[in-house]
Amino acid sequence: MSNLHDLLASEVVGGINEGLFTAEEYVSSILKRIEDVESKLHSFITLDSEGALSAAKIIDRKIREKEDTGELAGVTVGIKDNISTKNIRTTCASKILEDYVPSYDATVIKHLKKNGAIILGKLNLDEFGMGSTTEYSRYQPTRNPWNLDYVPGGSSGGSGAAVAARECTVSLGSDTGGSIRCPASFCSVVGLKPTYGRVSRYGLISYANSLEQIGPICRSVRDLVMMVNIISGKDERDNTSIPSSPISLKNKLGKLNVAIIKELITGSDREVTRTIYSASEKFKEIGCTCDEISIKNLHYALPSYYTLASAEASSNLARYDNIRYGFDLPVEDYKWDTYFSKVRENFGEEVKRRILIGSYVLSSGYYSKYYLKARRLRSLLRLELLTLFKKYDLLIGPTMPILPFKFGEKIDDPIKMYLVDINTVIANLAGIPAISLPVGFSNGLPIGLQIMAAPFEEQKLIDASYDLENSINIQRKTNAI
Amino acid sequence: MSLIMIGLEIHAQITALNSKLFCSCRGNYRDLGPNTNICEICCGLPGSLPVINQRAIEYSTMTSLALGCKVPDKIMFYRKNYFYPDLPKNFQITQYNVYGFSSIGVDGIYELDDAKQIRISRIQLEEDPGRIAYSEGGMNVRNSALIDYNRAGVALIEIVTEPDFTGPKEVRQFLNKLSLTLEHIGVCDTLLEGSVRCDVNVSMEGGNKVEIKNINSFREVEKAINYEITRQSSLYSRNLKIEHETRHWDDRKKITFKSRSKEEEHDYRYFPEPDIPIIVLGNDFASNLKKRMPELPNQRFERFVSKYKLSEHTSNILINDKKLADFFESTLKVYFSPTEIANFLVTDFKSLIEDDSESTDYLKNLKVKPEHIAELVKLIEGNKISRITAKDILVKIFESGMLPSEVMNNTNSYKISDEKTLMDAVQSVFDKEKSAVEDAKTNSEAINFLLGKVMKFTNGRADPKIAMRIINNKLHNPDK
Repeated sequence: MSNLHDLLASEVVGGINEGLFTAEEYVSSILKRIEDVESKLHSFITLDSEGALSAAKIIDRKIREKEDTGELAGVTVGIKDNISTKNIRTTCASKILEDYVPSYDATVIKHLKKNGAIILGKLNLDEFGMGSTTEYSRYQPTRNPWNLDYVPGGSSGGSGAAVAARECTVSLGSDTGGSIRCPASFCSVVGLKPTYGRVSRYGLISYANSLEQIGPICRSVRDLVMMVNIISGKDERDNTSIPSSPISLKNKLGKLNVAIIKELITGSDREVTRTIYSASEKFKEIGCTCDEISIKNLHYALPSYYTLASAEASSNLARYDNIRYGFDLPVEDYKWDTYFSKVRENFGEEVKRRILIGSYVLSSGYYSKYYLKARRLRSLLRLELLTLFKKYDLLIGPTMPILPFKFGEKIDDPIKMYLVDINTVIANLAGIPAISLPVGFSNGLPIGLQIMAAPFEEQKLIDASYDLENSINIQRKTNAI
Repeated sequence: MSLIMIGLEIHAQITALNSKLFCSCRGNYRDLGPNTNICEICCGLPGSLPVINQRAIEYSTMTSLALGCKVPDKIMFYRKNYFYPDLPKNFQITQYNVYGFSSIGVDGIYELDDAKQIRISRIQLEEDPGRIAYSEGGMNVRNSALIDYNRAGVALIEIVTEPDFTGPKEVRQFLNKLSLTLEHIGVCDTLLEGSVRCDVNVSMEGGNKVEIKNINSFREVEKAINYEITRQSSLYSRNLKIEHETRHWDDRKKITFKSRSKEEEHDYRYFPEPDIPIIVLGNDFASNLKKRMPELPNQRFERFVSKYKLSEHTSNILINDKKLADFFESTLKVYFSPTEIANFLVTDFKSLIEDDSESTDYLKNLKVKPEHIAELVKLIEGNKISRITAKDILVKIFESGMLPSEVMNNTNSYKISDEKTLMDAVQSVFDKEKSAVEDAKTNSEAINFLLGKVMKFTNGRADPKIAMRIINNKLHNPDK
């Protein structure tokens, strides 16, 4: 039983239901694994061992009493710490929410619990999801399980690392500009940013509402499909959610029209480019066409993204005034406005930077010059992509233009940091689904392929990913920990 | 006095709603313990999202139509960003008219009774903040204040007029009519505490615009305007500059005072609310709603005059008190005698209830029901009781809730039309009032005096027609 923690979600559900092992045994092995590696990785901000074990016991009782246990029975899920979990502290990796314990579960958490999944704890991120390395976490950065000197990607770095290191079966992340795909790529796991509206955002602590989605990070495409189907659906509590049909795991990929985005290839490291080209050869082998195309409005993507995301963030984060919840700061000797200023000092530097940028681009006199222009560019880009999807089923390129890098390498230069998001922000601006699939290594560092499709065409992403996963057969287990 | 221009910004809660604008907490937050009518949405807890109340859109559309506004085929919401402790998210979800989008109502015209027209610039739907309770001196003096979020998220309709009023009387007329309209379409019970609030801007020729905030009832608006006009006139006459500023109304001292904060410097950083997608109402939404909209006061007035043949005066009294008008029509359903019932309601009935008509729903707890009034009027018309007796019976019904016929029987107050009884009564009066009887033989005034005495002798129960006939007979044929 020593390697229970290595099992995929599909194997866990099967094993528990067939009585090969109990949910309690499985959760215990996961907890043991966490105990062994967590001190090196720092994936978790809050671990709920007791809650996980008691949930496991309930599953075991249901199995004994032949009750329905749900499609994810016994699967342990790590939750990015910006998703609201009832009675489990939810910090957004911010000091400003150090003591915040939500009174309600996010819709995705309700879905998971209802289907027998076990909430294991809360995973690390860049504060409020703003960053690409977890270095902006106000606790401590998470390390890359493939090489502990390297960043795991972000902002859902804890979600990527924990799954890759087998500290949990699967995890949930959130993706505002690449926050699921970046760590999926850097940690060599599969991560999906669903179509905007497929998954309810109710309970996802907003960074940039119009851009973000919750999505799963897994070690196999099969696991990913299980997760997506459970968390998707129209939610009465989220006016932006839309009904969608479930995804299935087919074995055969039809003959699809695929296009490589030229700009994303030429802007990437040589090692990355080489690996992506060889992955694209696989598409041809399966019988797909593979053109190289250009996105005319691509150079607007990054400025548009950072303008809009910061604008929305500046307003979303205004509520953190420590009146109703937050952290310990006595009010004595403060007037209202000085207390408020004192409270807001507790944001990290990157968060403050984006609040400032966001407030600036929304202020009168600058609104049309920045915010409105960014919205127009966003529409322009979306329109161009939708037109491309009339001709192509899938657009592909590297998820990240570079390999994982070392801690501290980019933290001093915000622009350098923002630039690594260039490939991923496209899908958020256009509201389309995008997946990152592990396709290779360079010097032991993972490389991910990004595949994008038209809105609600997740099925095509899954078909392609499943096929590639089988034909590339990549190394799954890291030896670094 | 130089030219005065006054504009209003009115906030009316949609008290008709069961729930708040974006969550399922109760719309009626009154009489609840502090912070007991709250949830993660109206408290702005991280991750919660607003879900728009469809009925609120209908009510605000009806309000827009009633005020002659255009209703667009699609609307959107905006965030108004500012920091205030009663605002759980530190932004308010509201509407904003910009870039081709408009709020739920724009460009309306509302006519006052003398046909003067007030332009309505816009009507928008938004959320109410919570309430702060702080002691004397305000929030900057004390280091703690209490916040109650029960009200946070309640649906508000904001009505903004152009500065078309030239004096406080027009404003009063407008507000009265507006209250009546809101009540008729069932949007807002304006008598509920805090359900309507008003900001006023006043400017005089040669001066800057002064905004007065914090006027918490329509009654106070006129006082605040009068104060402000006096203040500005006095500045003007002393050649002092009238500053562009925001002032607050102190309803205890009845003065306006300058705000400490520089509110005019606010930059609200409006932008479209990303959590509420554009709401497509469609071209037919407003016109369909108009068809099933409750009757407006003007329409009701015309119906009362034409269908019930009431006088304009009586109709006005009824319409100006919606609950009384409703009571009137309920009574008609039991017994159809519009003129008699209306007259009875606007005189005897109204004078009885006027004493405690301050309470919000005074007719609801009344023991007198339409059935009572119907029966009472039926008794009058059937010549069973006199009008004077009817009034006495009404008083008894008010106290006991008994049916008029019961009261009549219990107190023997049915009308006396029996000849023998009345002749005895007349004889008694004639015995006492000898000089008046002599007088009456030549003077008709004195005959009325004698009739009055007979009525008094019978406690108002004598049938006056029969009594009069007997008196006349007796005067001119004394031997019979």
